[in-house]
Amino acid sequence: MLIYLPIAEVSVNIFVLLGLGGLVGMLSGIFGVGGGFLMTPILIMIGIPPAVAVATEANQIVASSFSGVLAHFKRKTVDIKMGLILMLGGLAGATLGVQIFKYLKSIGQVELLVTLSYVMFLGLVGSMMFVESLNAIRRSGKPGAKPKKKKHTWIHGLPFKTRFRTSGLYISVIPPILVGVAVGILAAIMGVGGGFIMVPAMIYMLGMPTKVVVGTSLFQIIFVTAYTTLSHAMQNFTVDAILALLLIIGGVIGAQIGTRIGVKLKAEQLRILLAAMVLLMCGKLALDLLLVPSELFSIGAGGE
Amino acid sequence: MLRIIFIAVSIIASPLIAQEDVVVDLSQNRVDITTTFSGSNIFVFGAVKRDTPLPEGIGPLDVAIVVEGPLETITVRKKEKKLGIWVNSDAVEIQQAPSFFTIATTGVLEDMLNEGDLRDYAIGLDYAVRPQPMDNMVGEMESFAEAVMRIREDDGLYSQREGVINLTDDTLFEVAIALPANLVEGDYTARVYLIRDKNIVADTSVEITVRKAGLEVWLYDLSRENALIYGLLSLLVALVAGYGASELFRRLKR
Repeated sequence: MLIYLPIAEVSVNIFVLLGLGGLVGMLSGIFGVGGGFLMTPILIMIGIPPAVAVATEANQIVASSFSGVLAHFKRKTVDIKMGLILMLGGLAGATLGVQIFKYLKSIGQVELLVTLSYVMFLGLVGSMMFVESLNAIRRSGKPGAKPKKKKHTWIHGLPFKTRFRTSGLYISVIPPILVGVAVGILAAIMGVGGGFIMVPAMIYMLGMPTKVVVGTSLFQIIFVTAYTTLSHAMQNFTVDAILALLLIIGGVIGAQIGTRIGVKLKAEQLRILLAAMVLLMCGKLALDLLLVPSELFSIGAGGE
Repeated sequence: MLRIIFIAVSIIASPLIAQEDVVVDLSQNRVDITTTFSGSNIFVFGAVKRDTPLPEGIGPLDVAIVVEGPLETITVRKKEKKLGIWVNSDAVEIQQAPSFFTIATTGVLEDMLNEGDLRDYAIGLDYAVRPQPMDNMVGEMESFAEAVMRIREDDGLYSQREGVINLTDDTLFEVAIALPANLVEGDYTARVYLIRDKNIVADTSVEITVRKAGLEVWLYDLSRENALIYGLLSLLVALVAGYGASELFRRLKR
């Protein structure tokens, strides 16, 4: 059954959208990531204009993160103070990101920017995760592996220190704000929540305990993606409510199923699977940039 | 000299030709793009009126029907390899590209009508996209216009179907025009030409209104006119759905 999307102005099969939402939702439930990095490129592949895909996906992430954060609140695994500071940076970054997006849309380079960002970040994060989980699997074979010691890095020398009770940290607010800004820019440009960047940054850069990382990241993502959605809706008119609704319906159901599957899998296996998936998507997008395209020309709206 | 003779001949010949006229009707003048819109078929019915019988030795009658969507300004971009990757490079603005163009005929266009009229009346896919001439890149413009035709043909927005109209007794004709699901709203026109001996002998045109309807038009208008409210509404839906799903599954789990 075809459905006409009012903002994207294309007809898409309703079951394809529900199914996509469900599948990506399930993966995000299993792996604890937003799934935006998978959904946005797929939407573009099925013919949704990139600008609409990015903005609408931000709206969908609001729904999935909100659904996820509720569970984390119940388990008290959200560092609200850290989340709010990350959010401040995130809002500034998102504002900047939407402006960059608007400018690049006007010169016809949005597609390039989105694809390049994807290749770069998916490649980076994917390979890091892959190596990390390979090492973890190897280590788990040997008994008596040492846990990492907390290192004293340059981060601890910065001013404006404050205590983050839930995370058990006493660090400067500057690194979280910078992480927030970076993730905010990415959220606006790539149509992602940025969890796949933020989670490693929180663990490795800020030294937050793993158990509060996902909840805090989700908490922050809600605000930044909500803000991104609003900005795109008001400045670029690219949020498609019907598309978002269908993805959300599929996504929230898929996520709940995924969470239950995720519990049954081992952490290292999970991570290596996720890394493989990230790298696969990265490779596909990189090939699009490197191989001769089947159609050299593209049509865009005039006067832009 | 030749020209004068030609004009003289056409003046003498014109009263004969003008005796034919064409009447056209459509199965529908209005197409609503609703949420479940998946394309539509419009039938064009036509009849040829004659006051006097046809003179001896006159050539056969042909019909061409052009259905054209609103003209829009588009930017066509060409990818080029730069620093090892393919990026959008040259861009050309085409000011008069129809969003939709289809032509149906009784025969082969080139055999039916003279080239001047084909071009002047934009009869045929070759004349659907009319780029403004630019001094510096005449050759390039062609490739951009051809790209528009190629891409839109693949999308089912442009088509040329020769020989699909059946003309009964040189008088009645009908043809179905398929409008695809990815239609843009606006005022469409159906132009009908009667052609004899490589010349247009009569023509008429009918308007088709294509509009978004129902929920589609409401959402679209809201997103443009009250962008803030539209954005907030989208967020509200997201939050309600997120909350709803987690509650629902929590209850199911028990």
